[in-house]
Amino acid sequence: MMKEHEIEERSKEAAALGAEADLEETAALPEVAERANEDVPAAVAAAEEGAEEETYKEMSPFRLVLRRFFRSKLSIVGLVMIVFLFLFAFLGPVVYPKWGEETVDRTAVENVFNYTYDYFDDNNAEITVIEELTINDDKNAYADPSADHLLGTDDHGMDVFVRLMYGGRISLMIGFIVVILQTIIGIILGGLAGYFGGWVDQIIMRIVDIFNCIPTLPILLIASAMIDSWGLQADERIYVLMVIITIFSWSGVARMVRGQILSLREQEYITATEVMGLPTWRKIFKHLIPNVMPQLIVSMTLGLGSVILYESTLSYLGLGVQLPKAAWGTMIATANDPVVLNYHINMWLPAGIMIVIAVLGFNFVGDGLRDAMDPKARK
Amino acid sequence: MVKYIIKRLLISIVILLGVSIIIYTMVRLMPNDYVDNKFSSQLSQGTIDMEDIQHFKELYGIGDNSFLGILSGYFQWLGNLLKGDLGISFKYQKPVGEVISQNMWISFAIAIVATILQFLIAIPLGISSATHQYSVRDYAVTVFTMIGISLPTYFFAAIVIKIFAVDLGILPPSGLIYPTKSYAENFVGQMERFGDILVHLIMPIFVSVILSIGALMRYTRTNTLEVLGADYIRTARAKGLSEHKVIYKHAFRNTLIPLATLLAGILPSLFGGMMITEEVFAIDGIGRLAYQALREGDVPFVMGYNMFLAILTVIGTLLSDIMYAVVDPRVKLGK
Repeated sequence: MMKEHEIEERSKEAAALGAEADLEETAALPEVAERANEDVPAAVAAAEEGAEEETYKEMSPFRLVLRRFFRSKLSIVGLVMIVFLFLFAFLGPVVYPKWGEETVDRTAVENVFNYTYDYFDDNNAEITVIEELTINDDKNAYADPSADHLLGTDDHGMDVFVRLMYGGRISLMIGFIVVILQTIIGIILGGLAGYFGGWVDQIIMRIVDIFNCIPTLPILLIASAMIDSWGLQADERIYVLMVIITIFSWSGVARMVRGQILSLREQEYITATEVMGLPTWRKIFKHLIPNVMPQLIVSMTLGLGSVILYESTLSYLGLGVQLPKAAWGTMIATANDPVVLNYHINMWLPAGIMIVIAVLGFNFVGDGLRDAMDPKARK
Repeated sequence: MVKYIIKRLLISIVILLGVSIIIYTMVRLMPNDYVDNKFSSQLSQGTIDMEDIQHFKELYGIGDNSFLGILSGYFQWLGNLLKGDLGISFKYQKPVGEVISQNMWISFAIAIVATILQFLIAIPLGISSATHQYSVRDYAVTVFTMIGISLPTYFFAAIVIKIFAVDLGILPPSGLIYPTKSYAENFVGQMERFGDILVHLIMPIFVSVILSIGALMRYTRTNTLEVLGADYIRTARAKGLSEHKVIYKHAFRNTLIPLATLLAGILPSLFGGMMITEEVFAIDGIGRLAYQALREGDVPFVMGYNMFLAILTVIGTLLSDIMYAVVDPRVKLGK
């Protein structure tokens, strides 16, 4: 018994280490068996068992999923992208504290513009006038990338590189909180509808239909405009924003949970729980919900990407995260100014690339998880 | 079948009522009041006072922002709707129905071309990456289409404008016609105008195709993989059919089944316009008009537009459920 436990523990460790550990684990197995031999006095029986261990490997479903997940190169790429993003957003500002999120570079700059005008006077003599215009700015705005500002500064003189990190924090935070909230709502409402059926199902599903039919982007714009009138602080507004995005995006999760539970409810093991006389809450939360988890995890991962896109779209339109808080969407919005679009690419391109990395990473991981968790998958 | 459709339509009415209540309440609670904005300059000049503004608000039907006021406003709107009247847009000074039907077609033109291109590109890509699963081709197609899904519209549009309109200078950056150009009032002039519109539509269509290919391609790929694993494909191979025949005669048709249901579901995106794309490229389609109406608190137009979208969604869902039963005889509608 002890031995089995140990092996299981080992495999969990290996699983956590990922694909590389896969090979090591095979090598580790006999070693475990040997050690077990020393522990157990009845050496013969254990030796027999040990021999058996060598011929087959016991794998938990969790390990199988991980194995399949890491088989796809895209999943690994996605995972790397997300890990990079997390390190960049949460550790970045700690490692690189040179500029803060809202610090304006107050170095006064002197911009000298030279304009040359050529014209001919009445005597046809060419006259050249050179106008030298010196503009003193009390802040270092629109700076090009340099050692001081890795990606230059924006129109307010704030460091673009640092704001990318803080924007990442906000995007990831909003993404995760919204997805968790909508999953909780989805599990509760979808679970109730699917389990009880009848009029409960009818009412809940009509509500789901209503939210499903509301066009998402317009309603998010209306809602964000609505909270404008509440006069919130920039950081309070972020929380309200999360709530709003949640309210208008939970319906898909609820629908999925309901569908899954409807089909699970008909299976024999639920009849068994009925026979055992388990209480309803136990049936729902211990026997039904865990079986929906694989699909939920996939939809959460894929949902993260779309929430990040919605948040950045709102910010881009000026209705999401407000200045001076950093957000990728508002950074791209600076490209609406043709001068920025053409001459200050450093101000908007990196933010867009960050959004693509985030959404792409979550999509890759979600896709990989879906393939890995599909019980119908062969191999 | 008929009974099922009637039942679904009745439920749809309830759903649409719910949608309209939520949207109306929220639109009325928006701070950018149309009347306030419109008369703010006159108010600051002192030509009119607050009383006049309140009077105008009453005229527009948005004077009372208490709970009861919004409630009565809603029922007024609903009553007019039942008479077939969507109200008159504050901003465009025309009946909402007229504004929608006039500006819908340019959005529709973009959407229909983009959708056709999307299907023509995505389906072959999906099938070829499924038949070459885990090959370099599969990975390349997947990565490129997934990047398409992950790009924010406005960001990709900015890049495209920067490259094609600014750096290369081969395509016009925005609008539908060259604003400085005048067109003759004859056939040649009209053709010229039409040609210019086509040139202006290249970038918006390109952007929306690239952004939407990914989803359809993934869908086709998953379906094809599923079909390729089916017994009848193994039978076809066992008969000794060529791989080409197996895929294009036996597998391809069956991958089309789920795609047919998808076709019905794209109804809202065909007619509803694309807010961001149209706004970025300054094309006066229905999406851009709705966005600007929303920004200015044009209650009737925002209501009309959102209800239009909601109705399209309801019909689209119903159609795709019916299509599902039509193309797959194993599916029975209703309980």
